[in-house]
Amino acid sequence: MTYAAGLVAILAAVWLLLSGYFDKPLLLGLGAVSVALVVFISLRMRIVDDEGLPVQLPAGLVRYLPWLVVEIVKANVDVALRILRPDLPIRPRVIRVRAGQRTDVGRVIYANSITLTPGTVTIDTEGDHITIHALTEEAAAGVLSGEMDRRVTRVEGRG
Amino acid sequence: MILEIVSSVLVIAGAIFAVIGGIGIVRLPDFFSRIHGAGITDTLGAGLILTGLMFLSPDWTVTVKLVAILVLLWITSPTATHALANAALETGLRPDVDETEEATSSS
Repeated sequence: MTYAAGLVAILAAVWLLLSGYFDKPLLLGLGAVSVALVVFISLRMRIVDDEGLPVQLPAGLVRYLPWLVVEIVKANVDVALRILRPDLPIRPRVIRVRAGQRTDVGRVIYANSITLTPGTVTIDTEGDHITIHALTEEAAAGVLSGEMDRRVTRVEGRG
Repeated sequence: MILEIVSSVLVIAGAIFAVIGGIGIVRLPDFFSRIHGAGITDTLGAGLILTGLMFLSPDWTVTVKLVAILVLLWITSPTATHALANAALETGLRPDVDETEEATSSS
């Protein structure tokens, strides 16, 4: 029931933010009907659970995302400069690392963070091992250092 | 006025990164390394352009929508990139890597 209430709050917030209507009773009423309908269908589909609505994540994400954005910008500049250099200084390599996250959501965040960072792309996942294609030695070393892994694990929280 | 300058700088920087990503796709040697070039366009190119546009938005609802686009893009683009790379791997395409490097790291 907590999840259903959370879903109502999120859907209402999204509806209000996207529409920008706060003083038109008819439209607000229709919005409320839409929210109710979506919650009803979601409940019937039994997708209103921890995985469909990971309520414990946002608190951790707030701390994780700024760090991720900084890492992405640094990696972008590095890869961009390498692309522009005439001698194209890249050394592609494939590495396998263990994802220390307990949940699927955590592993998805980790694998997507790696892919989002230029210079490293997740090319395969099996169980808790992920295979990464790295454009440079430095990019590979960055993943192997495990800092991102630890930070994503912290995002998961105690759950 | 200042907002317009900030916005222009960000949008132009984003455009430059998007072009660099394109150059990367052409210059990099094989499929898997070309993906990294596309990654630049996806993350910093799109990110800077959208952030630049936020400074020009007439009211906050437009800003909210731009943030929503950015969030959606930053979730879907790595997912799509991974789908592409994994599909290539599944169909038997092997990354063009330095053999000795792979031997030391694939343990």
